Amino acid sequence: MEINKILNDKTCTIELTGRLDTLTSPQLEEALKEVPADVEKLVLDLKTLEYVSSAGLRVFLNAQKSMMNKGEMILRNVNDEIMEVLSMTGFTQILTIEKD
Amino acid sequence: MENRITDPEKACLIEREFEADDTCLPEVLAFLEEELERHDAGPKQMMALSLALEEAFVNVAHYAYENMPQGKAWVSLSFEGDQVFITLKDQGMEFDPLANKDPDITASAEDRQIGGLGIFMIKKSTDSCSYKRENGYNILTMTKTIR
Repeated sequence: MEINKILNDKTCTIELTGRLDTLTSPQLEEALKEVPADVEKLVLDLKTLEYVSSAGLRVFLNAQKSMMNKGEMILRNVNDEIMEVLSMTGFTQILTIEKD
Repeated sequence: MENRITDPEKACLIEREFEADDTCLPEVLAFLEEELERHDAGPKQMMALSLALEEAFVNVAHYAYENMPQGKAWVSLSFEGDQVFITLKDQGMEFDPLANKDPDITASAEDRQIGGLGIFMIKKSTDSCSYKRENGYNILTMTKTIR
């Protein structure tokens, strides 16, 4: 998986490419740890993400929890397949998904 | 090790052996996806089945052979008409993943528990699944219409 991080003032955008699964989700966890503490808006851009399993959802959930007290987390460019995983697990109710 | 029995008239069964180790996950999923593609599975069905098999295989890799020498896991795929039957076998501790209680997927982010989500995803992303213990094997079978 490829992780591309763009920091712009208080907004941090993380672009994910490839598969977010049991083996690769620790990489995202590490990348999130390095997001500066004063970031108020965290955007996960999933445009080129092909796949997400429960291990990836766990990382999304933890990121959401850590952003809740200081700002917001947004999922951007969610494709149909990934949307199905999010709605199957009820994650569409607890995560903020940007509409196109 | 791979066995392939093909009867052009109907069913096609392929079985492959893997180390029950999560580092083998890419091989397991590549095997599944290659065969699904060969059988013209739709993209949503492929994603759903990869998810189900990942969750099931990782469970076996992490827990089945605890305190035992590293074991094996066997994945077999059987195609019948528009349906695929995916069977995952291991010789680890007896464990029925389907007996687990489903997580509360309506809980708020603060209260959301992540445990049990993988098994819930297996149930949700297949049409049906079943478990049996037979001759020292845990046998999990997952079925889905692929087109």
